[in-house]
Amino acid sequence: MNTEACDSCPAHVQMAKMGVDIANCDHVVALAGNPNTGKSSVFNALTGLRQHVGNWTGKTVTRAEGAFGYGGKRYKLVDLPGTYSLLSASHDEEISRNFLLFGQPDCTVVVVDATALERNLNLVLQVLEITDRAVVCVNLMDEAKRKGIEVDVRSLSRDLGVPAVSTVARTKEGLSDLVASVAGVACGETKTSPSRVAPPAEVQEAIDGLVPLIQGMAPGLPSARWVALRLLDGDHKVREALLSGELAGLADRQRQAAPLAASRIKAIAGAQ
Amino acid sequence: MTPVSVTPQAVLDRSDELRRGLDGSFRDSMVASLYQRAGELAGRSVREQGAGKWDFDQRIDRILTSRWLGLPVMLLLLGAVFWVTILGANVPSQMLANGFFAVEAAAAGWFESMGAPWWLTGLVWHGIFRGLAWVVSVMLPPMAIFFPVFTILEDLGYLPRVAFNLDWLFRKAGAHGKQALTMAMGFGCNAAGVTSTRIIDSPRERLLAILTNNFVPCNGRFPTLIMLAVIFVAAAVPPAAAAFAAAAAVVAVVLLGVCFTLGVSWALSRSLLSGEASAFTLEMPPYRRPSILRILYTSLIDRTIFVLGRAMLTAAPAGALIWILANVQAGGTTLADRSISLLEPLGTAIGLDGVILLAYVIAIPANEIVVPTMLMCYLGGAMMMDITTYEQIREVLVGQHGWTMLTAVNLMLFSLLHNPCATTILTIWKETRSARWTALGALMPLGLAFLVCLATAQAVRLLPL
Repeated sequence: MNTEACDSCPAHVQMAKMGVDIANCDHVVALAGNPNTGKSSVFNALTGLRQHVGNWTGKTVTRAEGAFGYGGKRYKLVDLPGTYSLLSASHDEEISRNFLLFGQPDCTVVVVDATALERNLNLVLQVLEITDRAVVCVNLMDEAKRKGIEVDVRSLSRDLGVPAVSTVARTKEGLSDLVASVAGVACGETKTSPSRVAPPAEVQEAIDGLVPLIQGMAPGLPSARWVALRLLDGDHKVREALLSGELAGLADRQRQAAPLAASRIKAIAGAQ
Repeated sequence: MTPVSVTPQAVLDRSDELRRGLDGSFRDSMVASLYQRAGELAGRSVREQGAGKWDFDQRIDRILTSRWLGLPVMLLLLGAVFWVTILGANVPSQMLANGFFAVEAAAAGWFESMGAPWWLTGLVWHGIFRGLAWVVSVMLPPMAIFFPVFTILEDLGYLPRVAFNLDWLFRKAGAHGKQALTMAMGFGCNAAGVTSTRIIDSPRERLLAILTNNFVPCNGRFPTLIMLAVIFVAAAVPPAAAAFAAAAAVVAVVLLGVCFTLGVSWALSRSLLSGEASAFTLEMPPYRRPSILRILYTSLIDRTIFVLGRAMLTAAPAGALIWILANVQAGGTTLADRSISLLEPLGTAIGLDGVILLAYVIAIPANEIVVPTMLMCYLGGAMMMDITTYEQIREVLVGQHGWTMLTAVNLMLFSLLHNPCATTILTIWKETRSARWTALGALMPLGLAFLVCLATAQAVRLLPL
């Protein structure tokens, strides 16, 4: 874990919006979520940018990047396209999945719609399969309230094993809590233990048999367990990435990457 | 620690081996347990009471997306947007034009009194400045009204409902239902519309959406359509109904554009791009109260200023070019007259004229400058003339240059169908990375525009109307 930069992580500090100035960031934060959950609003509220926000599904077609500062650290925020899952291979899902896998963000914020929590949690669980470092942002709490829906974020956080924060991104409610949680997870101060759906015993056995091989091929590759599961599932994209040496190459770059940002961007550009 | 390096092929072989040992349905069972787990988690942390707002949303949706009312309501809304735009833009346009031309006259006079050479005064003030002045006064007011109103509809959550209403039509044409969304984006700017086709996953359907996006008039073309609607359609009805008639005419042109979008998609999906329409899920977002400040920012800064800025960038050199064409002589006639008489036979054949075609050649970088270019050619580069009201423009076009209803109708058709602007063509290339599709995207609409205009011109001339 990359914690040496965090010795001075203070508990309560003012956040600063840094717009598109994404050079020399200390941490990379990914923003994932179902379409139309207010991801772009969260992105804008944190970075101070004005990415176009529209009330329709699939509006964010490119990856937007911005930055914010908190507790003396600089964070790069990457807004991923909205997706319902990471399982099938649509273009958007691939971009999101590749970033989580290869970009290895220090923290992934999964924005969920409080009015449709069950459907949104499917994505959260899938993200937690890939990464430990996540924060769930339960957005649109105002709409949920109007519809008579209450979400208990504390119990949700307990069940998921990662921080959960309730927000109303449009009015910026709850955003300081969100940033504090993100900082905690990114710095490694907050220990997470994500809830994972246990695979059937024989699948687990197969995973256990495959993971050492993958680690032998690409030492340092994050999420070897997830890659193993995808291979067992016959995922073509992951097979291709494996055969083309992309996975191994990424793992190499990952290990050499002391200043993180540059190599990650390259990794993603290659992965697309 | 692990000096033995494992080859990718070895990993793959091992995984295939292990996979064969597994029950093939394990993926289904894993997805099922994922959904089950999500259900459990949600059940534990969500408490629902009554559902007030939900009912309200659904009641509105029952009207806006109903089988019978959905499309008429959509047309009414579209008509209302144009009506507000036409009604509101007229006076500010005139005021801007008056102001700019006063500046032009004063500045040109000042240049002359300072002893500047005639060609410098002409190039700077009667060329570049006049081009800019026309573009700003013709485009800024309609855009400053149209974009915020359109953004309000977008923010409310109306666009997905439009896609829902039009989905069956696009499916019948063999295209993706989300093409309705990319088409709606094209109203703002076709280049933006082409980029937004990334929301369509299937490459075949995405190409359909890219190639037909041009058939919705972008904001650069609306001023042309609005001007023609006001001059020719509104003038033909009593003043009280003028704005309605103009708005209805613009809606009719837009509808025709949608018909061409569907027709061309249909033809392509049965020839070059054959295949079935793929299914997709479209989420109906809740209606959200638009935030006024953000709408103003998005629509005025991101859209209006952006589009206007681009138009001005092309208007300045275009203004200079027109002035040069109108003032440089070769063999006794100006370059402008030469090119116009060269294009005249072709223009006349399709119910237009040489000036209009020249304007479209000069306006390849941006459609916004078609009307200003046309007027500057008609008025002559060096002539000082104060044309600021629609009546005065009508007088020039009909009285001095023999425009008829056929010219107006064919210009509307040509404006709707002709090739996309250079920015859009470049965007098509960026998105497809294929010279062939880019060429098709540019030439197919152009050919269609010539064919349709030729057909109407011949029909009008042959029929005893």
